[in-house]
Amino acid sequence: MSMQITAQNFEANAAKALKDPNLRKAMQIIGGPMASRRVETARELPEFEALRDEGVKIKNHVLKHIDLYLEKFEQQLTARGGKLHWCRTPREARETILALCRSRNAKLVTKGKSMVTEEIGLNAFLEEHGITPVETDLGEYIIQLAHEPPSHIIGPALHKTREQVAELFEDHHPDYELPNMPGVKAGPRSTEPQVLVTEARQVLRDRYFQADVGITGANFLIAETGATVIVTNEGNGDLTQSLPKMHIAVSSIEKVIPNLEDLSTILRILARSATGQEMSCYTTLSCGPKRPEDKDGPEEFHVVLLDNGRSEMLGTALEPLLRCIRCGACMNNCPVYHSVGGHAYGWVYPGPIGAALDPHMIGLETARHLPNASTFCGKCEEVCPMRIPLPDVMRWWREQAHEKQITPPLQRWGIEAWAFAAKHPWLYRLGAGIAIGLLNMLGKDKGRLASLPLAGGWTDGRDFPAPQSASTFMSQYKSKQGAAR
Amino acid sequence: MSSSRDRIFATLRSGLKHTVNDPARPEAVAERIARRTPNLVPQRAQIPHAEQVALFTAKVEALTVTVDSVPAEQDVPGKVAEYLAQHNLPSQLRVAPDPLLENLPWGDRPMLQVDYGHGRSQDLVSVTPAFAGIAETGTLMLHSSTTTPTTLHFVPDHHIVVMKESQITGSLEDAFARLRDKLGTADKTAAENWPRTVNFVTGPSRTADIEGVPVLGAHGPRRLHIVLIADGTP
Repeated sequence: MSMQITAQNFEANAAKALKDPNLRKAMQIIGGPMASRRVETARELPEFEALRDEGVKIKNHVLKHIDLYLEKFEQQLTARGGKLHWCRTPREARETILALCRSRNAKLVTKGKSMVTEEIGLNAFLEEHGITPVETDLGEYIIQLAHEPPSHIIGPALHKTREQVAELFEDHHPDYELPNMPGVKAGPRSTEPQVLVTEARQVLRDRYFQADVGITGANFLIAETGATVIVTNEGNGDLTQSLPKMHIAVSSIEKVIPNLEDLSTILRILARSATGQEMSCYTTLSCGPKRPEDKDGPEEFHVVLLDNGRSEMLGTALEPLLRCIRCGACMNNCPVYHSVGGHAYGWVYPGPIGAALDPHMIGLETARHLPNASTFCGKCEEVCPMRIPLPDVMRWWREQAHEKQITPPLQRWGIEAWAFAAKHPWLYRLGAGIAIGLLNMLGKDKGRLASLPLAGGWTDGRDFPAPQSASTFMSQYKSKQGAAR
Repeated sequence: MSSSRDRIFATLRSGLKHTVNDPARPEAVAERIARRTPNLVPQRAQIPHAEQVALFTAKVEALTVTVDSVPAEQDVPGKVAEYLAQHNLPSQLRVAPDPLLENLPWGDRPMLQVDYGHGRSQDLVSVTPAFAGIAETGTLMLHSSTTTPTTLHFVPDHHIVVMKESQITGSLEDAFARLRDKLGTADKTAAENWPRTVNFVTGPSRTADIEGVPVLGAHGPRRLHIVLIADGTP
């Protein structure tokens, strides 16, 4: 039981999203300030493009030696007193984490932001087994209250308006008292983000101290030292992992990098690509449990490493996706994501990276619409710090869908008929000539057509311009050439 | 049945195809992990120390961090007391039990209640040292140890860092190199002595999770203040 998948309904999801006024407002933030901040900070660093190349080089080198780097990481982590748990499937990862929590009789678990725990559907699983997970990243906390999946990998609640957040807090914090005013219930909420942030801070404070286990993700695994790395802005990940007795870092195998020099290089492109910051507020390396002489820190440190099909991507057309550092730049810059939002994609990873990755993880049959959710404008590849050829991968998936006969028969036959015509110019010209003549005749009066058979998807939203002449481009060209001679 | 670990490695190795048998691979990995030559370091980090101090100060101030420069260690308690007064804070400090801080003349300010230890829920203001300051981004590098508990960096509302100008470096790589130098001992490598936690802190806690509006003080410290001791170049 993983996160609920609705990717198969992409078309319906998207149609619904297009009519959601709150989503329209939210998408302006992602396509506006979030995208432009990246451009500004990148411009301030003359070496930015060269650093992207270095990042690609590092990741490509790792992928050629990934087995050896993972072995080295495991060896170093173990030497520092940490324990590594290898998990092939989401189910194995969930069960491993549950067993770890039970070993400490955990009732309450705090969580830092982790996309891999979304991928394995951890929260619902823990709840089913009597353990309460509390998300502590503000965005994750908001969507946990709303019982929704994240809509963006770094801004999971960006689809929510401030009014919706205020309502959620009113519903879920009935006992919340105004800061510095003991006994005064907060009542109807202000919708000021500052006030709402203060409320979340206050409510979650006690949770950090009460939690039996803290679960975080990990952006990187460093082979040199055996450390995991988290990159955050709020400080919630650090409170989550330093106060409870057990820290579990949940990550995936492609996140390993050689050494601290490589970490330095990738950090320079990560935050700039993600939020347009030069560095995120908190970058934390965690290595083993607290040392015997330390005054704080967890007594146990576990790393749960998920495969979930990643190892199968090596040596295939999907291998470049293993370079992804989950910055979200591709969604911040995608016109399709801006139109339909993250939920429409119907699984954990939305946007261009999701369109390229999800078919592998949840099956092409289920996710077949996602590689089509692209205009191939190429912006995602242009902004990807790791220069992942996302449009190429989506095109590859389209070919797969066609070859495996996953696309609907009508579409396949249509494409085949068109291909046949394209390979036989006389037939193509004949068909084009008839179509042009017909369209010209039908649209003669108004110069446009309000509806067309088989093209309802286009004409429902706008008119189709009618050809101004009854003859094709080729025949006009030929007659002009004849006239010139 | 083979273990998950074995099966993951088997799939990875089959994906690597013929290259998996290349005898040069283990050596390439060992060399790469041990390599200390940085990749590309931005020009802005490769400047003389005095300029690094200026850049560090400008970068942290742009992140709303306040900086007090003092000529000598003995001036620190006075500046800390001033900070508390400015922000209407009680005169209670939770201080890292670090020699630099323990040896400050706190007695000069008898009103200050100074106690040492890790961060607790009731602590409003912490005072800690830092291991390094990184000029290129205005980032502090701190690490856990018996004298520098990590919770002091995250639990209190106000985090005051006391550090020396000589601790400021140009780049992230410079700071890592210094940490490796400090941790490496005669019988153990730096990696073997690696601490539980290394924190890079760039400004106070923040979030933009509600409508993308930047708000300070999400879960970590709402304010970050640095008292910088002018001890010159290292």
